[in-house]
Amino acid sequence: MTLVEGHLPAEPPDGLSVLSHSRATAGRVPRLALRALGPSLVVTYLSLLVLLPLAAVLDNAFQHGFSSFWQAVTQPEAVAALKLTFLCSLAVAIFNTLAGLVIAWVLVRDDFWGKEFVSAIIDLPFALPTIVAGLTLLALYGPDSPFGIDVAGTKIGIIFALAFVTLPFCVRSVQPVLAEIDRETEEAASSLGAGRLRVLMKIVLPSIAPGLLSGAGLAFARALGEFGSVVLISDNLPFKTEVASSWIFSLSQSDELSSAASVSVVLIASALVVLIVIRYLVSRFTVQDAP
Amino acid sequence: MTTARKGRRSRAKWPLRVLALGYVALLIILPVGTVFFRAFQHGIGTAWSAVTTPDAIHALMLTLLVVAVAVPLNTVFGVGVSLILARHRFPGAWLLDALVDIPLAISPVIIGLSLLLVYGKTGWFGNWLAARGIEVIFSVPGIIMASAAVSLPYVVREVLPVLQEIGDEQEQAAATLGAKPFTTFRRITLPSIRSGLAYGVTLTTARVLGEFGAVAVVSGDIAGHTQTMTLFISDSIGNLDPTAAYAGAVILALLALGVLAVLARRPEGRRRWQSRSDRSASDSELPLLSTTSA
Amino acid sequence: MATAVTTLLVGVPASGAATGGSVSLVAYSTPKPAYAALLTAFAATKAGKGVTFSQSYGPSGTQATAVAGGLPADVVNFSLSLDMNKVVKAGLVSSSWAKGPTKGMVTNSIVSFVVRKGNPKHITTWTGLVKSGVQVITPNPFSSGSAKWNLMAAYGSQIVQGKTPAQATSFLSKMLANTVAQPSSASTALQTFLSGQGDVLLDYEDDALYAKSQGEPVTVITPPQTILIQNPIAVTTHAANPTAAKAFVAYLLSPAGQKIWGQQGYRPVLPKVAAQFNFPKPKTLFSIQKLGGWTKVNKSFFTPTKGKVAQIEQKLGVSTASG
Repeated sequence: MTLVEGHLPAEPPDGLSVLSHSRATAGRVPRLALRALGPSLVVTYLSLLVLLPLAAVLDNAFQHGFSSFWQAVTQPEAVAALKLTFLCSLAVAIFNTLAGLVIAWVLVRDDFWGKEFVSAIIDLPFALPTIVAGLTLLALYGPDSPFGIDVAGTKIGIIFALAFVTLPFCVRSVQPVLAEIDRETEEAASSLGAGRLRVLMKIVLPSIAPGLLSGAGLAFARALGEFGSVVLISDNLPFKTEVASSWIFSLSQSDELSSAASVSVVLIASALVVLIVIRYLVSRFTVQDAP
Repeated sequence: MTTARKGRRSRAKWPLRVLALGYVALLIILPVGTVFFRAFQHGIGTAWSAVTTPDAIHALMLTLLVVAVAVPLNTVFGVGVSLILARHRFPGAWLLDALVDIPLAISPVIIGLSLLLVYGKTGWFGNWLAARGIEVIFSVPGIIMASAAVSLPYVVREVLPVLQEIGDEQEQAAATLGAKPFTTFRRITLPSIRSGLAYGVTLTTARVLGEFGAVAVVSGDIAGHTQTMTLFISDSIGNLDPTAAYAGAVILALLALGVLAVLARRPEGRRRWQSRSDRSASDSELPLLSTTSA
Repeated sequence: MATAVTTLLVGVPASGAATGGSVSLVAYSTPKPAYAALLTAFAATKAGKGVTFSQSYGPSGTQATAVAGGLPADVVNFSLSLDMNKVVKAGLVSSSWAKGPTKGMVTNSIVSFVVRKGNPKHITTWTGLVKSGVQVITPNPFSSGSAKWNLMAAYGSQIVQGKTPAQATSFLSKMLANTVAQPSSASTALQTFLSGQGDVLLDYEDDALYAKSQGEPVTVITPPQTILIQNPIAVTTHAANPTAAKAFVAYLLSPAGQKIWGQQGYRPVLPKVAAQFNFPKPKTLFSIQKLGGWTKVNKSFFTPTKGKVAQIEQKLGVSTASG
């Protein structure tokens, strides 16, 4: 609570205080149960959809012991695929976070004809099935490109496809926060002589940092696991342009589910590490009122 | 605002605008435009008849059903988790926070396979479910679960930063004045997270509409029964029927746009009322809550 | 509307109320258009009257895994017998499925070359695939059954020309070095080829003929040596409607059914029906038996870590990978 000493309200008349007190005690048990209901429902939902399946993947990965897990994970094709995936996912997360910031800025703080249209279509990459996304990108930026841009079979092509599927939340994670920022503080600082860059760094950035970092984390996580939209433009060549999710798919189709699960565990674990690091950074930016 | 500053601002606008719009054009407008072009390449009539076959209509109905169940579930979950994480501190909060995002890092095929491992015939709950005649995998509930799993984080990621940004002063004021928790939520919290929530729900809906990999594994792709729109589209591509595929994709895109149009509709007046500046103005009328923050 | 929603929620009905019953067909993705014609024809027969079908098509391996995992299926039709073995292992198809007169197969095909219309690069033999500058497309053999047929056709083509296994493996390596794309499935491989990549795509003849019939700008070349593709079919042990299912399979194997298969681009398994069609005759047509049978071949070539193909990929990757 942020109540400061000396500003406490005066005691209400006795009758009212008795009423509010008895109301408090009478409602305590159901209210407690109600308060526990929320978190327990949340945890149950998370368990059914995520935790249990995750546990099943872990269980499957280590089914034949740690050595077979290690073998699956250090196998040359797995290592090549994982390296490529990490590199491209990192590149996309950084690049698209910046791009998302610029786009969100323009959408929130700028005004031009067609702005509503641009804002509306930002989400569309999500709504398109990955194979449609993959085919369209291949058509536009592959060998038959009408612009002569052919990035099929290259890392650029992979990053492009990943950028396509991660842009929506790189923009949307910053947009609402940017819209909620108190412009008065910015304008006050500006009128007091602070340069634009200083205003950006000291006032705007701390406010949008949680949104930015969230977007980056999600972009990275999604890029790690993305399959359908990447696999067409990448040409899927083993050791060259085969991403981890494609290798995992191949393993699962070759009756090596345990190896597939093992490589998946590596992806999941690295995503978890990155996300936790991001949470830590976010907590340093956020002003949390103690309950 | 001096004229000098206004001039400085408008000069800085254009490079940024060109950069942003150029990127969006290259990455989104062109590909989406191509989808529309290919759908209607052979005429609107051909496109229409391609997506009004019984299988196509059923696929659309199924997709709509999945959206109607998975999105509200994820929305309630998302708002709930956001409230818990924003307003309370407890050990392991960071883990809950990270776990919510995890489904994204799991390749959709593995999500599908993991659901099979848990709820499939030979899975952990296989016998338990079979004994009660509950069909999850290769039936609609499995599709809903897979769709909800892959779209889990978006509402949380949109709402949580907003909750953290606006702080809980108004909620606390309301509580002190005797408002019940649900009233506080309905009249103070909800309006302030409206834009974040709108985006979160739209992203979730769009993601559920477009999900393929996980659903492909858990549905069995039975035409007319468990074939979603994305599976229909994929099958159409495989059968060299691009018109049906792209026309189907157009439908999904229009649905996503429709959801955004409905949710993000907000009169300018009300929006202004929500801004921080007005809130701090109303704060000054309540001497009870002068905060210690700068 | 309410009934529709309820039906959606309750799941696939196990058996229809219609007089003929309901049969669930689970097949690989290529024959979907063929089945459209076959189902219509079957419905016109006495045995097929009133029988309703639920159909599921997808990559052969995925479908086999799904059936083993509980996907309701009365009739299963895969692209290679390896996938049928998956289902046999799960106890859903009798281990004597291959004991019939057609050895459990319903259609034949061959591995063909799909090239640009007019064959601008004049690719007519396997040697053409290892020439420098030629770009080959084949699906990834670890995720696609079609790719396994392709690679064994390539390998086998050398063996039947008298080369040693070592020389045949070396040929395979040269061909894979020329491979510019290995999409995850046969259908995405075709899409990749149609979007302008590569000079030659290795594919099932029936799939290639279908693409041509749909107006795609391709020419189908029959290599002089190629492998006989055989697609297995079976009725499952727990079929909900075994009479209708068996009748359907019998129809597919009957002269009438085989004729329709032939019209759809699949080589009939009945010699008399096959003779009615004009399928190109390769100089040397060999089967997987010549190379040791699928179980042996799969183990020695396609184990993801130790198989011959994996080792070839590794050598190619290590020497040309950019990090």
